[in-house]
Amino acid sequence: MEPGLYHLLFISAALFFIGVYGFLTRRNLIAMLMSIELILNSVNLNFIAFNKYVWADKLDGLFFTIFVIAIAAAEAAVAIAIIINLTKNFQSIDVEETEEMKY
Amino acid sequence: MNGANILFYLLAAMILGSGLLAVTTRQLFRAAIYLLFSLIGMAGMYFWLQYEFIAAVQVVVYVGGITVLIIFSIFLTQQAGEKMLVKKTGQQIFAAIAAFCGFALVMIQIVQNNFTATKNLSLSPSVTNIGNQMLGVDKGGYALPFEVVSILLLAALIGSIVIALRTPTQTS
Repeated sequence: MEPGLYHLLFISAALFFIGVYGFLTRRNLIAMLMSIELILNSVNLNFIAFNKYVWADKLDGLFFTIFVIAIAAAEAAVAIAIIINLTKNFQSIDVEETEEMKY
Repeated sequence: MNGANILFYLLAAMILGSGLLAVTTRQLFRAAIYLLFSLIGMAGMYFWLQYEFIAAVQVVVYVGGITVLIIFSIFLTQQAGEKMLVKKTGQQIFAAIAAFCGFALVMIQIVQNNFTATKNLSLSPSVTNIGNQMLGVDKGGYALPFEVVSILLLAALIGSIVIALRTPTQTS
């Protein structure tokens, strides 16, 4: 079968919900960050697929992908700074052990 | 079944297989390596779609930047060879059901929708076209979001330095 828009949307949706599953089941903050990276990647693939197969006369999907990549890089840097600070304070990055702000 | 189709399915299997392994493996370092392969497969998929610039950005930023940052932070925070704790089985089953139901809902919507491609002449995603529109200030130009993102990156850079430098005595 010739791969087209629907195949790409299938890959993108599957990767998105793999990321959601990982985000819901992981207890480690770095592993949760990895799940978020998977989710952002699936969104990028969606934008590129729509740009190529539906609105080939514009480049807007491509620009959204570029901005999502830039914001994902900023988000990963801030998240890792928070994780390193958390390791200094609690000696753990398990989300169920760091509950100082819970109550 | 020609070569391009076989390549597409191989890349799809690589993305989904290593993505699934990245969220299910018990060892954090292996999860990072599987994530790396998933991101490389995604870059290959952009090459397959002939969006070479996005593929290059994907390799440089994700494979070369974010994955290295994640591996670096694993080395800073984890004990070597320690397996990750898992959530309760009930929570795992609930998360799997929730993810599957969401996936089924989205796929039903996608299959029912009929996407019609534009009839206009296609614009090639070459670096010249991207650069002209990215820094254009006329209608459809992306100069303002470009500048806003550069300010955001600067703020994230300064913010992450400030957060990571804070000593434990100040916060506790």
